[in-house]
Amino acid sequence: MNIVVCTKQVPDTAATLKVDELSNVSWGEAPLVLNPWDEFTVEEALRLKEKHGGKVTVVAMGPDATRDALKQAVAMGCDEAVQLWDPVFDGSDAPATAIVLAKAIEKIGADLVLCGKQAIDGDTGLVPPGLAHRLGWPLLAFVAKVRELDPAGKTLTVERLLEEGRQVVSSRLPAVVAVVKEINEPRYPSFMGIRKASKMQPSVWSAADLGVDAAGAGRSAAGVQWTRIFAPPPREGTVELVAGDSPEEIAAKLADKLMAEKVI
Amino acid sequence: MAHNILVWIENVKGHAAAISHEAIGAARSIVDGGKVTAAVFGPNAGELAKEAIALGADDAVTCDDATLVEFRPEPTVALLARLARDAGADVILAGASTRGREVSGALAVELNAGAIADVTALELKDGQIVATRPVYAGKLLATVAPARKPAIITTRSRAFPKPHADAGRSGGVTGVAPALGEEAIASKIVDFVVEGEGEVSLADARIIVSGGRGVGGPDGFKPVAELARALGGALGASRAAVDAGWIPYAHQVGQTGKTVTPDLYIACGISGAIQHQAGMRTSKMIVAINSDPEAPIFKLARYGVVGDLFKIVPALTAEFKKRLGK
Repeated sequence: MNIVVCTKQVPDTAATLKVDELSNVSWGEAPLVLNPWDEFTVEEALRLKEKHGGKVTVVAMGPDATRDALKQAVAMGCDEAVQLWDPVFDGSDAPATAIVLAKAIEKIGADLVLCGKQAIDGDTGLVPPGLAHRLGWPLLAFVAKVRELDPAGKTLTVERLLEEGRQVVSSRLPAVVAVVKEINEPRYPSFMGIRKASKMQPSVWSAADLGVDAAGAGRSAAGVQWTRIFAPPPREGTVELVAGDSPEEIAAKLADKLMAEKVI
Repeated sequence: MAHNILVWIENVKGHAAAISHEAIGAARSIVDGGKVTAAVFGPNAGELAKEAIALGADDAVTCDDATLVEFRPEPTVALLARLARDAGADVILAGASTRGREVSGALAVELNAGAIADVTALELKDGQIVATRPVYAGKLLATVAPARKPAIITTRSRAFPKPHADAGRSGGVTGVAPALGEEAIASKIVDFVVEGEGEVSLADARIIVSGGRGVGGPDGFKPVAELARALGGALGASRAAVDAGWIPYAHQVGQTGKTVTPDLYIACGISGAIQHQAGMRTSKMIVAINSDPEAPIFKLARYGVVGDLFKIVPALTAEFKKRLGK
């Protein structure tokens, strides 16, 4: 089983973000981390490898800062890491990112591709379906459980967590699977893993290495323009604390207010 | 500039998802003299098409082929792509649900389109569409404009009001053939296990009552669930409560759970970590009940009660049962 894990490096959730008048977003000294959804992805890839054998390759598109995320994935246990970067990739939108990832996956050769539900910076969730479509492989997204995987028969069955419940779907391999949190509990990097990651230099593949047409990636090819990024207006007013001599009195006062606000 | 808009109506077992009707309203706000066409696939498509027209679509296309009974991305995307090409659609709109995200991501690649996910506002500036969407877990907002046609846009649940139905509206309904035969579809539905039947879904809920670490254990969710039930709302939870195994993941609100936009969000025993805020900060009104007056949730809340949730929450349930006549 050749498994490819697609990841992204993002500012830590707890980072305080600043945005200037030119829409440049910065996060001070806060670290860049492996996208939180991708921790579940890496863990699932490692579990599937432990069960079925094979190799796990982690890929990420981005400049050199991306290497920290790749190292984190290697420290958890991934076998190899590939950084996809070329200045022409800068400013790629989700469909262009899917194209670059698809080229890398074709070059590596995969039986299964795993992605996280979405990256917590752009929050679009558009890359996994775009990637599957580009590869011409089935997409199984919002996966909370891999029920069965048969590498020889080239089939898998998963549980997808939709709004109303679980859809159980079977599909052929190769396929793109995007996972949600329920699927597992990610392991911590091992001491050996951290040592391996500290020495590792990921391969770096450029547009030419990947056979990506420069006109098909980057800001100039993007189908959307981000015209402005700004801080949301602060919530109006401060909290009004409701107090009283008994829970019943507090409840009655709060009920009065909520009914007056017409939210109930 | 007049926009020719295709709205995908998400069909869940013969009923339209509420988010799809919100998308029809969103489409009307940017149609600018163009046309809104509802695309309805699956069981009961004819009735759902009429419903879509009453809510604001100008006409509808339907396909109730056997391959489209249960949602799968491949046949849905292939048919939507064909319809969009045939109609020369400028915009394809869908709800930013699980299915809507799958469809939009694949369509964007198929149609070489611009894709804007999970928008909370849409407007026309000099006839051009400008969307607003939260980024970085809602800490920032971005305005995004399509750079070419078609544009694929998904709308966040409850960010747009559901339009009022007008039974007097009429429009043509055209049946179309599917784009893919069963043999061309790799994924097969094995089963669908409905969960939380009879409960209000978090995505559609007008009111959500959530519990966090402060509920102390699985039994601690009972009073929280009772308040949710008394208010006709949905039951939510913080990651801490889910990770502790007190309540299933399907209830988790936050960065690695669901993003919700209710009119009223009542947080019980939830400190309000940034990861939780990511899923609920766009709630229209937030009420916090917490024993710790320093909890960050109070900074988001309009009303707060500093106290023991096990005393306050049952008292609130009793009060609302009395007032709402339950």
